[in-house]
Amino acid sequence: MTDTPPGAGELVERTRRLLAEHPPATTGRTDFLRARFDAGLAWVHYPVGLGGLDAPRSLQAVVDAELAAAGAPDNDPRRIGIGLGMAAPTLLAYGSEEVKERFLKPLWVGEEVWCQLFSEPGAGSDLAALGTRAVRDGDAWVVDGQKVWTSSAHVARWAILIARTDPELPKHRGITYFVCDMTDPGVEVRPLRQITGEAEFNEVFLTGVRIPDAHRLGEAGDGWRVAQTTLMNERVSIGGARLPREGGMIGKAAATWRARPELRTHELHRRLLDLWVDAEVARLAGERLRQQLAAGRPGPEGSAMKLSFARLNQAISGLEVELLGDEGLLYGDWAMVRPDLVDFTGRDAGYRYLRSKGNSIEGGTSEVLLNIVAERVLGLPAEPRNDKDVAWKDLAR
Amino acid sequence: MSDLLYSETEDDLRAAVRSLLADRADARTVLGRIETPDPYPPGLWEALAGGIGAAGLLVPEKLGGQGAGHREAAVVLEELGRAVTPAPYLTSAVVATATLLALGAETGPVAELLGALAGGERVAVLAVPFSTAPDGRPAGTAPAGPDGPADPAEPVPAVADAVAADVLLVPRADGLYAVDAADAVLTPRSSLDLTRPLALVDAGGAGGTRLADAAAAGEAVRSGLLAGAGLLASEQLGLAEWCLEETVRHTRERHQFNRPVGSFQALKHRMAQLWLELVGARAVARAAADALATGAADAALTVAVAQAYCSKVAVRAAEECVQLHGGIGMTWEHPAHLALKRAKSDAIALGSAGRHQDAVAALVDLPAPA
Repeated sequence: MTDTPPGAGELVERTRRLLAEHPPATTGRTDFLRARFDAGLAWVHYPVGLGGLDAPRSLQAVVDAELAAAGAPDNDPRRIGIGLGMAAPTLLAYGSEEVKERFLKPLWVGEEVWCQLFSEPGAGSDLAALGTRAVRDGDAWVVDGQKVWTSSAHVARWAILIARTDPELPKHRGITYFVCDMTDPGVEVRPLRQITGEAEFNEVFLTGVRIPDAHRLGEAGDGWRVAQTTLMNERVSIGGARLPREGGMIGKAAATWRARPELRTHELHRRLLDLWVDAEVARLAGERLRQQLAAGRPGPEGSAMKLSFARLNQAISGLEVELLGDEGLLYGDWAMVRPDLVDFTGRDAGYRYLRSKGNSIEGGTSEVLLNIVAERVLGLPAEPRNDKDVAWKDLAR
Repeated sequence: MSDLLYSETEDDLRAAVRSLLADRADARTVLGRIETPDPYPPGLWEALAGGIGAAGLLVPEKLGGQGAGHREAAVVLEELGRAVTPAPYLTSAVVATATLLALGAETGPVAELLGALAGGERVAVLAVPFSTAPDGRPAGTAPAGPDGPADPAEPVPAVADAVAADVLLVPRADGLYAVDAADAVLTPRSSLDLTRPLALVDAGGAGGTRLADAAAAGEAVRSGLLAGAGLLASEQLGLAEWCLEETVRHTRERHQFNRPVGSFQALKHRMAQLWLELVGARAVARAAADALATGAADAALTVAVAQAYCSKVAVRAAEECVQLHGGIGMTWEHPAHLALKRAKSDAIALGSAGRHQDAVAALVDLPAPA
């Protein structure tokens, strides 16, 4: 173990040693991922002992390139996206040493799937209005309430949860942040069938769920601040994937255009080119954001990525359905299934069109994100509010 | 992957240019000169080109330049765009300079002229209409037929910054000529963009020095126009950024209905939307500058994408700036109209967004209906 953070050369060395000791061809997927975590090569910017080496974040790319070249298995970020993208940075920032030791490894390896118990039927865009209660009882908290739009809840082992611990305070202040055990008998997960026919999301009913105080992240009553870490990481992770030119939704539309000359019209051509250019610009903006992060100069552009991603996905998939003409009148399969994966670009054009409608709602509606950009990035004044200094229990609902 | 950030050197260069422009070409100075025959602020070109060395950024040191590149020149253009500065930078230090550089001469008249341009002692302008796209066609013209392009001896309409030029680079049927501006007939035209004067140029009877044969000239002009179109994106970025900043500043301060107008969600969302577009414009303008600097294989595509996008962003930003300033935005005293006029002219300059979009379609194989 070194005292100074390792450089690129040392990381390549370490990666090659890992590959030599655990040849991917003869090592099971999970065993390899565990060994990678223990070698500090999971997320190199994390602390030593927690899957990292305190190295600059930018050097992860060096490790990933070596591993990809050697055909090493990757942990599947789509399946475990909430754990990796949202739970992990929050656990790292606010968890006790015991919490970090317990949760980060199985999270990263993918042995334990995470979900996010944030939104409620009465608290979506106005998330801080949430009403799920957590009441202190000895060394535990007892939680009662209902959550909604919970992807992966039916396969999740753990959840990050925010609940109201003091209804006498204004809505942003009486909230506390917890890690919730999804196998607790008080947790009931029901599929929530959606616009596409499938049930990718769930409703989660919490009845007398006991959470040990050791599974609280941050101080009691400080949950809103803790949640900001999660939400910021959520927005960066939605729409933040690194793509090649014509990666993502635009590639599907462009491929159809090339393959099916009989479907072409001048009007669709103009729209397709507009979107092709916009998609390329969004790709470059994402690349620029990653370069800023790698250089240690994070900007507010993460919110921009999420907003652009939503608008583009909706416009491109809408164009695809029209381009297909008679085929666009058809729909692949309305069967009610519960997929493990979130799949924005899979299946047929009709599915993509319907699923993309969620992109401007989930993870913060585009309207709320535009407000955030206006106020926090541009410094424009807030709109007058009538809920800031009122106790949560006295708010109209 | 290209480097889309700014280096420390670039940040320093930006600071130097911004400070110079604040001293010599603030909005009041620019506004005071736009209706005169000479809108260029006095002493500015000497300080920018010679003092800071900005005119020679593209020119190798052995030819008397700074040996920097397109990335640095792009930063200068961002600042010139922010201040809507009347200066023949895009036309002379980028388009004319890149045209000459493409000839690859290390000695002789081309090398000498490059040295003079790099030092800021002389200004050169490529005598083609300002709307000419990198494919060599001005707006509203058909692709060249079997008989070749129109007669180059005809007077050339709408040549930008010709009134500031010492030398005109004139493409003729048998090659590229350097013509002393004093030997040509220049008829100044009243231009939409008051900060970038246009003139009708008749160099038909002016003779001049032949710099290249027809084949080399065509390639060089294309190369100069491509550099111009690519770096114009940075001018458009700077302009759009100024428009948004001024609009945010104004709407924070301006009160109506007993609250700052910038607190109304309808206005906030419009400004946030512009900011999103600026994030994209910055990324693609940087990508275009970097692709030109490194001679990337996809430079033509990146430039076309940048122009197809940034033209629209700059115009929208300027239009929003006028609208969200309310009545003040319609006055001659407020510089918003300078930005609008520059943005709209820039949207035509060096190929419209639609022309560049057509170029994208050809480059990435997304053909129009038969």
